[in-house]
Amino acid sequence: MAAATSLRATALHSVHKALRAKMVDFGGWEMPIQYSGILEEHRAVRTAVGLFDVSHMGEIEIRGPQAGGLTDFVTTNHAGKLAPGQVQYSGLLYSHGGFVDDILVHKIADDHYFLCVNAANQEKDFDHIRAQTGFDAQVEFAGDRYAQLAIQGPHALATLQKLTSTELGSIAHYHFRDGEVAGAPARIARTGYTGEDGFECYIPPSHAEWVWNELLHAGAPFGIRPCGLGARNTLRLESAYSLYGHEIDASISPLEAGLAWIVKFDKGDFLGRAALLHQKETGLKRRLFGFEMLGRAIARDGCEVYLDGAPAGWVTSGSPVPSGTTTRPARPSNEEDSCAGGAQPPCQGLNKNIGLCYLPADRRLAPGRQIQILIRGRLADAVIVKTPFYKRPG
Amino acid sequence: MYPDNLRYTKEHEWVRVEGDIATIGITDHAQQELGDIVYVDLPKPGARVEQGKALGTVESVKAVSEIYSPVTGEVAETNPILTDAPEKLNEDPHGEAWLLKVRISGPPSAELMTAAEYESYIGEEK
Repeated sequence: MAAATSLRATALHSVHKALRAKMVDFGGWEMPIQYSGILEEHRAVRTAVGLFDVSHMGEIEIRGPQAGGLTDFVTTNHAGKLAPGQVQYSGLLYSHGGFVDDILVHKIADDHYFLCVNAANQEKDFDHIRAQTGFDAQVEFAGDRYAQLAIQGPHALATLQKLTSTELGSIAHYHFRDGEVAGAPARIARTGYTGEDGFECYIPPSHAEWVWNELLHAGAPFGIRPCGLGARNTLRLESAYSLYGHEIDASISPLEAGLAWIVKFDKGDFLGRAALLHQKETGLKRRLFGFEMLGRAIARDGCEVYLDGAPAGWVTSGSPVPSGTTTRPARPSNEEDSCAGGAQPPCQGLNKNIGLCYLPADRRLAPGRQIQILIRGRLADAVIVKTPFYKRPG
Repeated sequence: MYPDNLRYTKEHEWVRVEGDIATIGITDHAQQELGDIVYVDLPKPGARVEQGKALGTVESVKAVSEIYSPVTGEVAETNPILTDAPEKLNEDPHGEAWLLKVRISGPPSAELMTAAEYESYIGEEK
């Protein structure tokens, strides 16, 4: 099980090893998939607070008088409408309308935009953006300049607030501010990929270990857990957030992926606009749906989906997820997960077995419609359900 | 950690033979590698299983793993507790959470490892 030496590692690699995390190859990066267990980490984020090393994510900076113009030309959402300090979810598209990547655009100033992009796509994204000429702007690959820590969950704010003088309560959802965390310069964004309130902090890699440990100390009274990419995946799936390589890729458009809300046709020309307009006018061929399995078999990505006995689509993501995370009260700190006794719902329960799939857009498929999924040679029943599967209370 | 009365495979199953019944399970190492186990798919009683061939699957939140039969024979019984509580495999893989019992026609393969051999095998794998 020795890792190939060609894998890239984040600044926190030795910290993960010391915490005895299970490490996996994730898009060329050796990353922690879990520490104590995916389910326990998932619950920590839903009920308390979790800390993720997401330093594998890439950063690209666009600077210059026409930084905004270039950003708007390569993305689908309207970057020009952002105020400094605001963040926007957006798509980078090929001219044929498929995804190069899905990204977060941070506007620092009129002449400076900061993009957070997927780890495995960062070089591709950089080349794609730099290839657009005719703008007075410089594109910088900044992936090596930042480590990124995500603090997510109902106690994320209280945890992070102990380590910063920036008044976190005044940073609105999808906004950011530059400040300090535990003495390290930090870009503090109120964003996340879990469906909970939380923050993503961009810090120098040299400070990553210090800040990570300080966050674990600060969150200890709340029951903070280090969380791996396994829980990150189940959390984002419950929230029905797209993952590149699954729900979206070069062959999928934002309209098909249910992301029409990040496509602003009226902002002016952008890469992929003509193809998307054509798709909109001629009608979509397929669309992303949520489903829930009726039995215990687990649909995984790539499984064929059947409609009325005939193959009609495919699963993009599927996983069992913990049940009852919406109603579970936060547990006091330092208390081990105890299933025995008490009035709490059973903490091992996993009666939700969910996924996302592509199916024809013209079949009038609605929640409640039964479908079947081919799992290891057997058709298993499932039903189409509304997404997201989970919504944060309040 | 690994009971002496069990024999082990390179694919991380264990087997215990009593008369013509072989009880099969997965090892503690296997459950640790898989993480939270959420689903077990086993053949029905009466089905034939063959040594070295996949007989079913154990599934965790993240991954599916095939179970390879350490013996040849006919399924006599599957463990009923795993239907509703597959997570028992994480808690007691060598005991309460056995997978199935197989009626065997001959002795199991000589390639099975003792507990000491298995421990050194997984030590090397790491």
